[in-house]
Order: sequence, then structure tokens, then C-alpha cells
Amino acid sequence: MKKFIDFLIEKIGVSGIFILSLLIFYLITFFVRPKIFSTAINFSIETSLKVLPIMLLVFLLVFLSNFFITSSKIKKHFGEEAGIKGWLLSIFGGIISSGPVYMWYPLLADLKEKGMKNSFIVAFIYARAIKIQILPLMLFYFGFKFTIVFNILIIIFSSINGFIAEKLLNAKSIL
Amino acid sequence: MENLTINTAVKQTLRNIKMTLPMLFGVIFFMGLILQLIPNSFYSILETKNIFGILIATGFGSIVAGTPVNSYILGGEFLSKGVSFSVLAAFLAAWVTVGVIQFPAESSLLGKKFAIIRNSCAFISAILIGFLTAILLGFWV
Repeated sequence: MKKFIDFLIEKIGVSGIFILSLLIFYLITFFVRPKIFSTAINFSIETSLKVLPIMLLVFLLVFLSNFFITSSKIKKHFGEEAGIKGWLLSIFGGIISSGPVYMWYPLLADLKEKGMKNSFIVAFIYARAIKIQILPLMLFYFGFKFTIVFNILIIIFSSINGFIAEKLLNAKSIL
Repeated sequence: MENLTINTAVKQTLRNIKMTLPMLFGVIFFMGLILQLIPNSFYSILETKNIFGILIATGFGSIVAGTPVNSYILGGEFLSKGVSFSVLAAFLAAWVTVGVIQFPAESSLLGKKFAIIRNSCAFISAILIGFLTAILLGFWV
């Protein structure tokens, strides 16, 4: 079994295995629960169409980053010597970023390759829990006190997560 | 990596798109199937009012995915059913910061070790945010 999995990883990669498993799941659902299959397909197509414009924007950002942003610039603003400015920029970037988190992985992977510190990537992803655009909705549902407390905690925990994750990622013995 | 030409930048972007798109659509279709398979009755488990409530809410928020708007709508329903603010805070934090469904994409683009450590830290943080919210709201008279 292990040999077979290794063979598959070598041939189609981890992402290929994921897609293959997904196709099998859908195929089983099609025969066992056809109603769920059609609802899931409709939901997924609808979501894909919604995220498509954002994806185009993200890939445009990736292109611009490939063309204009050099490793030295990234290292200066988000690298080892970035300091407090790096933290503030990452958290602010996370707060104002829109769309699903997975849309941001390609750009973050690109910036990481150019020298962005892991702590800032983690802080960026964490700070995405604050959504300026839908803050009025949060106030409407949960009230002023909860909204203030929750959002302040998210900002604090963005830095804590970034700091701890960086330490753990640098520890060679882990994973 | 310094002073790239347009051609090189285009090639790098295309390589990026080729690597990213299958995983991104994979995650969307995975999410579509999982969300349909979770029965509505499952949501009532969150009404547990104690430490288990926070743990269940964190676990649930980590597994399901969607836009924050959906988490607010669900959270609003939980509140109306008597779910505490601490359980709600843990659920909302885990919903956005922990991504079990997005894990394959995160792992493939940012690294397996990165994805495991980041999600584990975010999971523990969601639990702590649940407790801290209860404490801080209690102090706020």
C-alpha cells in the first residue's frame, strides 16, 4: 500500500491525489445520494464563478509582484530586519484583504520565496478574521462590546501566532 | 530574482497559475460536497454551554469553511438559541483562521510544516479567544 501511495505521489503529486480522491468522492455521491451530488455541484460552480474575478486580480498581483517587487524589497519590508513596520503592514494587509483565504496562498507563496518572513505570513492570514467591510454586520448581530473585544483579541493573537509559528518553524526537530 | 523581464515574469506567473488552479478548484468542490453532507441537526451540538461548547465550536469552525458573512449569520442563529459569547468567539475565530478544508492547498503552496504549525497555533488560539472573550466581557460592566 505504501509503495502504491509513493508511486502515485511520484506520478501525479499530492495535489493530483487530492483531486483524484475528490473525483472518487463525487462519483460515489452521484450513485448513492444523487440529490446531494447535484446540490454540491451547483454550489461549487456558483462559488467558483464568484471567486473567479478575485482570482484574476490575485494573479495580476502575482504578475506585478514578479515584475516589480524584487527580493531585496521584500527582505527590507517583510524580512529579518523589518521589525515593527513588518508586523503592522502584515496585520493591516490581512485586515483589508478580501476574498477567500486560499486566493491569497499563491501571492503569499511568491512573497515567501522572495524572503517574506513566516511570522508575517501567519500574522497576515490570522488578521483576515477582521473584516472592515462587514464590521457593521458584526455590530448588528453581536453588539458593540463583543465586536470591540473580539477584534482587539484577533489583532493581539495575529502577532502571537506569527511569533510562535516562526519559532516552531525554525526549530529543526519539529516535523 | 532581481530585474526580471516581462517574459520571465509572465513565465513565472503562468507556472504559478498552473500550480495553483487545480488545488483552488479542488478545495472549492471539496467544500461544496462537505457542506451538503453535514446534517442541520449537527449545528445544535454547539448549544452546549461550557468548556466542551468552546472545544466543539472550535472544532466545528475549523472543519467548515465559507465567507465570514456566513459565520456571522450562523453565529447570530447560535446566539438566539442561547449559545454563549465565549462559544461564539471561538467559533468565529476558528472559522476564518483554521482551515482543515483548505489544508491541501495551503500545504502545497506554503509548505506542509508551515500549514500544520499555523493551523495548530490558530486552533489553540481560537480556544483561548473563547475564554478571554468571556473574561473580558465579564469585566466590561
